Amino acid sequence: MTSRKSVLVLGGSSDIGRAAARAFAKAGYDVALAGRDVAALEPDAADLRARYNVEVGLHKFDVLDTAAFESFVGALPALPEIVISIVGLLGVQQDAESDLVHATAIMRSNYEGPALILGLFAEKFLARGSGTIVGVSSVAGDRGRASNYVYGSAKAGFSAFLSGLRARASRGGVHVVTVKPGFVRTRMTEGMKLIGPLTVEAPVVGDAILRAVENKTDVIYVSGKWRLVMLIIKTLPEAVFKKLKF
Amino acid sequence: MTLVSGWGRFPVVDSDVLRPRSFAAVGEAVSAGTIARGNGRAYGDAAIGAARTVTMTGFDRVRSFDPATGRIRLEAGVLLSDLIDTFGPRGFLPFVVPGTRFVSIGGAIAADVHGKNHHCEGGFGRYVDSLLLRTGQGEVIEASRDENSDAFFATVGGMGLTGIILEATMRLRRVETGWIRERVISASDLDAAMRALEAGDAATYSVAWIDCVARGRDLGRSLIYLGEHADRGELAEGADAFPVGKDSRLSVPVDLPSIALNRISVRAFNELYYRMGARRAGGSHVVSLYPYFFPLDSVGDWNRIYGKRGFLQHQCVIPQAGARAVLGEILDRVARRGDASFLAVLKKLGQGNGILSFPLPGYTLALDFPVKGDILNFLDEIDRLVVAAGGRLYLAKDARQSRATFEAGYPALQRFNAIRKSLDPAGNIRSKLSQRLFDEV
Ligand SMILES: Cc1cc2nc3c(=O)[nH]c(=O)nc-3n(C[C@H](O)[C@H](O)[C@H](O)COP(=O)(O)OP(=O)(O)OC[C@H]3O[C@@H](n4cnc5c(N)ncnc54)[C@H](O)[C@@H]3O)c2cc1C
Repeated sequence: MTSRKSVLVLGGSSDIGRAAARAFAKAGYDVALAGRDVAALEPDAADLRARYNVEVGLHKFDVLDTAAFESFVGALPALPEIVISIVGLLGVQQDAESDLVHATAIMRSNYEGPALILGLFAEKFLARGSGTIVGVSSVAGDRGRASNYVYGSAKAGFSAFLSGLRARASRGGVHVVTVKPGFVRTRMTEGMKLIGPLTVEAPVVGDAILRAVENKTDVIYVSGKWRLVMLIIKTLPEAVFKKLKF
Repeated sequence: MTLVSGWGRFPVVDSDVLRPRSFAAVGEAVSAGTIARGNGRAYGDAAIGAARTVTMTGFDRVRSFDPATGRIRLEAGVLLSDLIDTFGPRGFLPFVVPGTRFVSIGGAIAADVHGKNHHCEGGFGRYVDSLLLRTGQGEVIEASRDENSDAFFATVGGMGLTGIILEATMRLRRVETGWIRERVISASDLDAAMRALEAGDAATYSVAWIDCVARGRDLGRSLIYLGEHADRGELAEGADAFPVGKDSRLSVPVDLPSIALNRISVRAFNELYYRMGARRAGGSHVVSLYPYFFPLDSVGDWNRIYGKRGFLQHQCVIPQAGARAVLGEILDRVARRGDASFLAVLKKLGQGNGILSFPLPGYTLALDFPVKGDILNFLDEIDRLVVAAGGRLYLAKDARQSRATFEAGYPALQRFNAIRKSLDPAGNIRSKLSQRLFDEV
């Protein structure tokens, strides 16, 4: 068997997940897609095989089922070179304000689950001495906003986890990429009012992730404009910020 | 409700827009007055539902590909640009591409689009083997030349009116490179242009760009572009067998004021265009497929050049026999009016595939006009010339022809409507175009 480059995409059926899988497959990587509903991933696997003539594996993975994480990693036929976590749940802020079950689901899907699973892979990668970990976080984690702070706080936790992991893992030959996509036109944002010039299509994010992995970039905002927007938002004094409506 | 328009941005009308994520959801989305929409590159009202528009671009998966035969099965929302970028480097291209690569498979089938090779290789539908169609009645059927063949031939060129295409199986062309050996011929007037196109019959690709500002002795002066697929040996040392398709770097950011396109700027542009082309005329050289097939794609959102009120494309086909006289008359009227597009496109077509396909053996002329003044009346007059010559207008470009023009041009309409009725007795599938041209009032 020739050893080919391989990538595992957690949350493979999301629009960004599909786009990332395509970008890597196009660059010659074999792909493993993991998601809750394996049957639903079949068409995407067939798409990747037909387009790029690469190997595609499918695996069942539920980000809320943390008890199954160790056996999930153990059962993989081979340890991938790259693992990308795209899982997340936007949820509904208003509901999360009073519904603890919903709030918990948002917090666990965006922080606890992704952090724990990537942490596990980090240990394996460090033992091997190589690998890249990609976490898709959000600009929403850069500062809590009235309109989505439950989601934002979980993403903030995830971003902090990734930056700490990066500092530690880099000494062991393992690279960690934090992706903050900003507005992306996907199923998650359907029906939302997105600001045109700040919005990108999923394939742009997929290509940006591939580039960040290959160039060993630490944090990417996908659209450079976001770096500036978030810099401004982050530096506004709290007294001003709390009066703003967004 | 959302305001929707085609590429020409005229008309702009209300329709409920849905973006289903599964074929089951596509089925559920169909209700009275529904039409499928691909990438919205039809100019007028073909891809706007009478009440509801179902966008199909989310369905962009390739189902299977056989590199031994070039046979491919795909979802209807895959764009030709995606297909070219993915399979070009593997040595396969679509047999037929229109003047923009940003069209979906579904849209290309529904309009049975023609490329620069129609005169010798036919239209898009010729390379489609079968379709998965969701009819207005609620069935999902596979249609091919042997199975449900009425539905197949009504769907190819049927402007979405037989139902929603979910998937298609088609054949790709094997190519050695993504480069085209191009030969430019300059023609000083319409007769010379038509002679050059006749002589170009043997070329795989041929098209003429007419300077439609030129009048009098220069009427119809044009540049004819002939093309063949280049093989490896023709490429410059070290050149990639497959060129990279760049995203458009230039883009028109805002609607230009109507003053931008005036007689002087257009005349100056055309003079320059003709002279530069004429200088290249004679010899042949190798160019990337992207500028060869898709010259306009290099400027994003170029439809905004025509300003807020949008523009109309008038594309007719005139049967071979009477073509010279009618084309001369049309070009003369357009030149005297002086507000037409930069350039008009003239090309030879062959036989169409579908019952309602646009092509017929003869010449097709495509012109752009900004929406203003008495343009609608003017185009009605041009239509009379087209009808009298036994010609017709392209539905994928149309936003304004009359029922009478349409009915005169498409004699197979009754057969088409009978098939449509059998697939959709309740009449669920309707677009603004079909309301305007087909449906009983
Ligand atoms: C710059 C430019 C150059 C062009 N050059 C050419 C050319 O050289 N030759 C040519 O033939 N055409 C040409 N066209 C027209 C274009 O090829 C057609 O209008 C094509 O149909 C557009 O495809 P679309 O995916 O954007 O479809 P849309 O514009 O969204 O829809 C077009 C038609 O297809 C139907 N349709 C779309 N998807 C489906 C589906 N899944 N199932 C059923 N029906 C569906 C719609 O109902 C509608 O009737 C050109 C257009 C532009 C903008």
